[in-house]
Amino acid sequence: MLKIEGLSNDWGRFQLKNIDLEINEGEFLVILGPSGSGKTLLLETIAGFTIPDEGKIIRNKKDITKFSPEKRDLGFVYQDFALFPHLTVRENIAFGLEDKGSERVKKLASFLSIEDLLDENTITLSGGEKQRVTLARAIATKPNFMLFDEPLSSLDERIQEKMRREIKEMHKNMGLTSIYVTHDQSEAMYLADQIAIMMEGKIVQTGKPEDVFYEPKNEEIAKFVGIENIYSGNIKEKEDSLAKIDIGKKQIEAICGLEKGSNVRLMIRPEEVFIKKQKNPSSARNQFKGVIKEVIDEGSMLRLKIDCGFKLTSYITRKSFKEMELKSGEKIVANFKASSVHSVKE
Amino acid sequence: MKLKLNKTVIGFSILSFLLITFIALTIGNMIIQQLILDPYALVETLLDDSVLKSIWISFSASFVSTLIAFILGTPLGYFLARKKFRGKGLIESLIDVPVIVPHTVAGIALITVFGYNGLIGAPLEELGIKFVDAFPGIVIAMLFISIPFYVNHVREGFESVDPKLENVARSLGENEWGAFRKVTLPLAYRDVLAGGIMSWARGISEFGAVILIAYYPMISPILIFERFRSFGLDSSRPIAVILILVSILVFVILRYLSRGWSIYAKD
Repeated sequence: MLKIEGLSNDWGRFQLKNIDLEINEGEFLVILGPSGSGKTLLLETIAGFTIPDEGKIIRNKKDITKFSPEKRDLGFVYQDFALFPHLTVRENIAFGLEDKGSERVKKLASFLSIEDLLDENTITLSGGEKQRVTLARAIATKPNFMLFDEPLSSLDERIQEKMRREIKEMHKNMGLTSIYVTHDQSEAMYLADQIAIMMEGKIVQTGKPEDVFYEPKNEEIAKFVGIENIYSGNIKEKEDSLAKIDIGKKQIEAICGLEKGSNVRLMIRPEEVFIKKQKNPSSARNQFKGVIKEVIDEGSMLRLKIDCGFKLTSYITRKSFKEMELKSGEKIVANFKASSVHSVKE
Repeated sequence: MKLKLNKTVIGFSILSFLLITFIALTIGNMIIQQLILDPYALVETLLDDSVLKSIWISFSASFVSTLIAFILGTPLGYFLARKKFRGKGLIESLIDVPVIVPHTVAGIALITVFGYNGLIGAPLEELGIKFVDAFPGIVIAMLFISIPFYVNHVREGFESVDPKLENVARSLGENEWGAFRKVTLPLAYRDVLAGGIMSWARGISEFGAVILIAYYPMISPILIFERFRSFGLDSSRPIAVILILVSILVFVILRYLSRGWSIYAKD
């Protein structure tokens, strides 16, 4: 178990402010935050590349705050690979091993399907291959903890998805304990057992991915984790847990623990907003007629900006966009479930 | 790639040409004049023991000074490249001082420290180590003058090695020395070598500081100076030509070798 208590480190441009974190054996913790929030500094502090101004890092009840990096027993994977350019792939992987010719190098290489590259110069490798070598090198010494610093963000999108799966598999199969830093929400969603949201040097929320994504503590977090539909409203009616909430002229139904009369802030994730051509009584509780104002192409997904008396953003797949023959200016019905509406007291 | 001709390119070319001509003409003229006017003097000079000895002293003293620069200057270059500490700017300025002081001033300063009554010279004299008019004096003068070239060169070399590589090496179990020896130094090898060559070349070319502390044993520049003063141009020029030819030859060989040691394929 790794426990971080009240960690502060001031590097001027990047800061850590009183950070508390805990990660259990075998867990995958993703630290998610916008760039410049101090994520890398946090990892480097955990790794011992820099000594914190305040706070403690405790591994299995042992205070390792002042340990030098080589005594911390951890693997580090950088975004830009940091492969040793003067060494071959084999020498890179074997760098931390006592027995350089050991079978482990071959085994790791075949596990990561880079056994054909062992005698190559690292400069000639592709981005994906480089990252595999980096992974092999880091796990070669069987470290207690793995630290990943945005390992996929310099790879192109297609390889990113594949590597993401492989990292997750590697984590499971090798029984690793991993701390993974990223600014990419979907990556965090996919990989994490636990997510910690980091902003301006502070951990602002921790929890299971669904908790963090669907119940962000405040608007800032909501915006960051990709909830684009945020409204202010007032609970007009409340029956059991179902609330009817006025937002301007329209009324949204939501599952909500707050009392009638409270002012609330509503958040709806764009991927939970479905598009239909017509109203359908058996469909979601919230159905609004509207017009597609704008279509933004984002690769496999499309982002639709809809006006239905209030502004609403929906994420739909390219496939369903085609099937429904949608286009800008088209009249549609936007649907979302009452349980998709997340509310916090204002 | 073709160089496109426009007014700027033409103008710059003319100005560059002037500067190149200045250097080439000065060196080339001396060599060619010697070959045309008195080629036999070159042969005679080559057989002159005192000339050969002076070249040997120049080269070996400068080599020793470069070796000292390597041992003492490499850690300093690394610190300046990597660490932040108070007084760093002051140290950086101090390192550059030998470049700006007149070399005779450097010579005087060295005598006050390493002379018979000097701060360090006096106690070492008791131990039988002499600087004035002795080989160590030459080495110390060359070291003083060439240290900025070495330290600044290796510092730039270390700066060009990504600190993340050291971090990774540390995380893989190396201590700071291990990371330096296995990662940083091999990657900065080219710059260390280049810094060494620069320091060595600078040492060979030094005159002012050396002549003040150690007129004897004679290094080549002093021998040339002495012959010029006593016998004139005709007897000093052949030595100058020999020195310049040997220096260029060694320089080219070292440059070529250091290219072979290059680590990055991109060069």
